[in-house]
Formats: sequence, structure tokens, C-alpha cells
Amino acid sequence: MQSETKPGSPIKSLLRSALDAMLIPFLAILTAVILGGIIIAVVRGNPFLAYYGLLDGSFGSAKALSETAVWATPFIFAGLAVALAFKGGLFNIGAEGQLAIGATVAALVGYALPDWLGVDIPAIIHLPLTIIVGMAAGALWAAIVGFLKAYTGGHEVINTIMMNYIALNTISFLLNGVMKDNAPNNVSARTPLIAESARIPTIFEGLRIHWGFIFALLVAFLVWWMLNKTTLGFEIRTVGANPDAAKYAGINVKRTIILTMALSGMLAGLAGTIEVAGLNYRHELGFSIGYGFDAIAIALLGKSHPLGVVLAAILFAAMRNGGTRMQFLTQMPVDLISMLQALILLFVAADAIVRYLYRIRAQGERVVLTRGWGG
Amino acid sequence: MDWKRFGFIFLIIVILFGAVVLVGHTKSSPIIIITSMMATTIAVATPLTLGALSGVFCERSGVVNIGIEGMMLSAAFFGWLAAIYMFHIFGFGIGISITVGALFAVLAGALMGLLLAVLSITYKVDQIIGGTVINILAIGLTGFLNRQMFFGKGSIFGGQIPNSPGVLPTIHIPIEEIFIPLCKSANCIEIVDSINKVFDQKPIAISAILLVFIAHYVLFYTRWGLRTRAVGEHPKAADTVGINVIKMRYANVIIGGALAGLAGAYFTIESVPSFEPLLTNGRGFISLAAMIFGNWTPIGAWTAALVFGASQALNIKMQLFRDVIPPQWAFLQQSYVVGLIPYILTMIILTGIIGRTTPPAADGVPYEK
Repeated sequence: MQSETKPGSPIKSLLRSALDAMLIPFLAILTAVILGGIIIAVVRGNPFLAYYGLLDGSFGSAKALSETAVWATPFIFAGLAVALAFKGGLFNIGAEGQLAIGATVAALVGYALPDWLGVDIPAIIHLPLTIIVGMAAGALWAAIVGFLKAYTGGHEVINTIMMNYIALNTISFLLNGVMKDNAPNNVSARTPLIAESARIPTIFEGLRIHWGFIFALLVAFLVWWMLNKTTLGFEIRTVGANPDAAKYAGINVKRTIILTMALSGMLAGLAGTIEVAGLNYRHELGFSIGYGFDAIAIALLGKSHPLGVVLAAILFAAMRNGGTRMQFLTQMPVDLISMLQALILLFVAADAIVRYLYRIRAQGERVVLTRGWGG
Repeated sequence: MDWKRFGFIFLIIVILFGAVVLVGHTKSSPIIIITSMMATTIAVATPLTLGALSGVFCERSGVVNIGIEGMMLSAAFFGWLAAIYMFHIFGFGIGISITVGALFAVLAGALMGLLLAVLSITYKVDQIIGGTVINILAIGLTGFLNRQMFFGKGSIFGGQIPNSPGVLPTIHIPIEEIFIPLCKSANCIEIVDSINKVFDQKPIAISAILLVFIAHYVLFYTRWGLRTRAVGEHPKAADTVGINVIKMRYANVIIGGALAGLAGAYFTIESVPSFEPLLTNGRGFISLAAMIFGNWTPIGAWTAALVFGASQALNIKMQLFRDVIPPQWAFLQQSYVVGLIPYILTMIILTGIIGRTTPPAADGVPYEK
């Protein structure tokens, strides 16, 4: 998008622009880490030990690495969901609800379909079917909001939040009722385990990392390819940058808005589906809480670029995963991680503060991510 | 406000009240049910009303405030924490502790408002993202401090959450005292008593209603209000005639934060004397919908907040009539089902079927000289 005026080899300029793009997020993380260290010191903890615990717990061993990848998988999908919507000029706060709906429906297909049909379904059919149905459920859930935005102007920010609560209530109703695991002495609101044929296999024996992580990386590449190399991607970006111009260029803006929301919801639905099929093998109430806001932070930190989203997702996963080790070493509550992430987000969003702190001049045009209420 | 909108609000309230009367008529008389539901409606609409007023002040001056939820949450936490500190650590009386708690809640809200102002006015951060930052920060901050203060290493509370000094008392309005002597039957006494309960509200609920009218007066009949609206509609023109756009926006966003802070105080100082993470449960966002439905006016926002209050009251009342609900409708008594109403109402309202709304022209646009 940005024009390169300086002469030089293309690889060099590409590298340079990539470094420039990563500078602000890096400095934002650095500032948040320093500020977080001060907070830890204020509440009488040892910041160095805390950060050592964070690193050791997330990258220190094969098991730690595997767990970080396990955490990163839903973060990548959900972060891509929010990033894709940002590209289309939409702010999807509803990744949480779309994720939960995807997970619930995937769990239903996973455990109930063999019973309904009365036969064992081979994995080669059952697993893809589970994933596709879960994806579709997330897409449909989000498309409702896209439709309301396109045809009535109902703002997607509030509508996606409302859909989150509707999803949460509906799923509570289902998981406490018809979909509840009726195994003896089960008191929690969760579905039965899904069939073996609907499960994603692990990559290594004895570690929890599963093929869903590789799938997430692949999907990140596909999202990048779709956004930058296809007509649909061009339309999404044009509508996001300037809907009026898009209209004059002959793009069907309403259709593109609905499609963008559906694709975004599809990715969020995938986050839930892969968690069910690859890790938990069931959906349990409450597991989705917090993913929506994490996804927003990841998309912003990754500057809505798929590669950036993957890196940001791995960072957030490492923090969540290493948090347990940090708590063990320093008795700092795990909630510290949420605060660190909020600080990172604060400095990424308010990049002017970071620029001021490190005396970096602003360059390029401001990227408009969202617009006011007028639909 | 147009009649279509008021008509819709009236219709929804009649339906919600009618549903409860229908379910509960075998147990108690309709007047008692209606008055007790009105009392609940006014009480539970309080945070929504204040939240919507917060939105009105911010957005009339041109700053979108999507961080009301986070402002409420942090105010609820810090107000409650201040009350506990005053009572248990500094040894003040219950009354003083609770009052100081309420003041700290308002202060915490105002500080969050200041943060939003710094982000969106000075640093020109995308305002919806600025508000989201506030929401996320509030969750992280309250979650961390809640754990650290009470269960952390070297906590002065020694690993347990102490009892809060309590909640604000109900203010009694003497209607019974005047009318009960005129009553001839026991039925009459009961009815007067239940009518009195509608007026017997707690201080924040009463001040919320007063603030609606104060806000209406300030916004539409004072110089301050005119300037606020000018800054939100056409900042350049306002600047040309010598109004300090930046200052007006800062002041209004901080006022908005303080109002959201009072809404937060409702949860932990007026309603229940305890705090739990994420206790605001989306009510900040419902306030925003109320503000939009009220077309960015205080009185409109208040009536919309009452609709949401009524649907929440329905949820509460349904549980009281658990045993008289016919079995085929039993699933309705689950709070997940009735609890959907405010969210679905919000979405219907936002479609604009019930009349289009117009935001202030410069809402969400940072001012560049």
C-alpha cells in the first residue's frame, strides 16, 4: 500500500519496511514490560524472577514450548478474525461469542452425530465435517451482525457485544439442559466427550501440541493470500479504506460487509472448533470467556497483518502459559498477565505516547480502523 | 423525542409488566405486582441511566465513549475497596466508610474518563479503540488488584476478603404516614404500602433521576451546554468563535467518567456489598444502546434505560413465581432465557426500525486545528 520512493534493492526495502512496522509494537511491549516490572516491585515482588519465570514457563522446555503452541492456536484464529474485520473497516468485538458458538456446534457434531446415524463415522469424514460445521456456525453468527450493519446501519460494535451475551446465555441453556454430559457425578455444564473420529491427532507422542497449530499457521497464510492476492481481498480492503470510493468503483458494499463479517466469524468459529477437536474434546461453559478481548489486543498488536497476528498470538500465548510458572516462583497472581497485556495494548493503540517516549517521528498516514456511529 | 419512540417504550413496558401480572395473578393482586415491579425497575435501571448520561456528555462533546463498561467496573472495585479500607484499616464508622467509598468510585470513574480524554483528545487514538483499551485495562486492573490485595504475599487482609461495611440505606418517603390513617380496610393498607415502596429508593437511584433532569437543563439551557453541543457538532466553528474545543471536550469526558463512576458505585455500594470480577456484565454497553435509542438526550436515554430495567425486573420477578409457572413454560423461568430480552431489545433498537437517530456530527472525530 505504501509507496516506496527510495531507490535500492526490493529485498532491502521490504526488510526495512518490515522492521519499521515492528518497531512500534516492539517498543510498546518494552514499555509495558518496564511498567509491569515497576508494578511488580511496588507490590513487593521480584520483577526479574517474575520475568524469568514467564520465559522459563513458556519456552524453557519441550513441554513448555508445546503448551505455548497449544495456547497460541486459538489466539491465532481469533486474532485473524478481528484483523480481517479491521481490514474491512469493521470492529468485531464478538469473536468470543462466535468462538463459543463454533465450539458448541462442533462439539454437538463430534459427540452426537454417530449416535443419530447409528454408525461409526470414519475420521476422514467426521473430522472435516466437525470443523466445517463449527466454522459455518461461527460465520452465520457473525453474518447476522454484518447483515444488520449493511441493511439497517446498526453498529457492529454494540451488536457483536449483544451477540456475545446472547451466545453465552443460549449456550448456558443448552449445556445445562439438552447438551449436558449425563455421565454420573458430572455437575459442570459441559458436553459429553466427542467421538475419537472427530479428534485432531497430536503431533508428538506425550505432548499436547496438535496439528491444529500447523493448520492455524496455514490459515494465517491463506488469509494473507486472500487479502492481498484475490479480488475479494481487494474489495474487502477497499470497502474498509473508503466505502464511498468502493461504491463508486462498482463494488457491492453491502455484500462485502456481510461477507467480511461472515469470514471473520468463520475464523473465530474455527478457534472454538479447533479447541474442541484438538484439545478439550468437549465444550465446557466458561472456557471462551476473555478470548474476545485477547483477540482484539492480538490483532492491534499485530497491526492486522496475518504475520503480525501470528507473532502477537505466540507472545500472548507465551505470557498465559508462562504465567503459571511465574506465579509458582514469585506468588504473583496470574491476573498480572492480563494487566501486562492491557498495558501492551494501551501503548500499541496510543502509539503517539511511544513515539514521544522514544523520540520517533511519525511516518506515513494514519490507518483508520473504525468509524463513528453513523453507519 | 418523537411519539413513535415513546409509544414503543410504553408498549414494551406494558408487555413486560403484563407478563408478570399474568404469571403471578394467582399469588398476589395486580397492583402489588405492578408496584413492586416498578420499584425493581427503577432500582435496576439506575446504572443504565447513569451510564447513558455518561455517554451523552462524552458524545455530545464529540468523543465516543465505548469504555463505560470499564469505567463502571473499575469504579465499582475502587469504591468497594475504599469502603473496606476506611472501615477495617482506618477504623471509621459504617456511614463514613460507605460515603467515602461512593466518592472514591466517582473519582475512579473520573480518572478513567481522564485516561480516555488523554488518549482520544490529546493523542488522537481511534476513540473506539481507546474505549476498548479502557475496558480491557479495567478487567486486568481489577482482576489483578482483587487477587493481589486480598490473597497476595504480605496482604494486610491475610488471605481473605473482609466483609464490606454494607450498602447505602433506603431513603423513606413518608407516603404511608399520610395515607394509611385514611384507610378503612387491610387491603388498602397493603396497597398504600406497596405504592410507597416505589418511592422508597436508595440515594444513587434517586440522584440518577435528579441527574437526568439536571443534565437536560445543563445541556439545553445553559451556556456550558450550548458550548458542549457546539464542540460536538462543529468544532471548527466553535473554535472560530473562541470556544476552547480541547478544554470543553476534556471537561465533558471527565464528567462522563464521573457519572459512569457513580453507576459503578451502584453495584458495590448500593446494591450488594461485594465485588466479583466482571460484575458489570455488559451493562455499560446496554447503557450505550439506551443513549443511542434516546437520541443522545438525557430524558430519552432515561426512558430507554427504564425499558432495560423493566426487562431485568421481569427476570427477577419470574424467579419469584417459579412454582406457579405451568410446566410446559418451565424453561422460561431459567434466567438464561428471560435474560436474553435486554440484549435482543438492544439489537432491535439499533436497527432503527423505531425511528432513526442522529449522532452529533463530530462524534468520534479528533479535532485538529
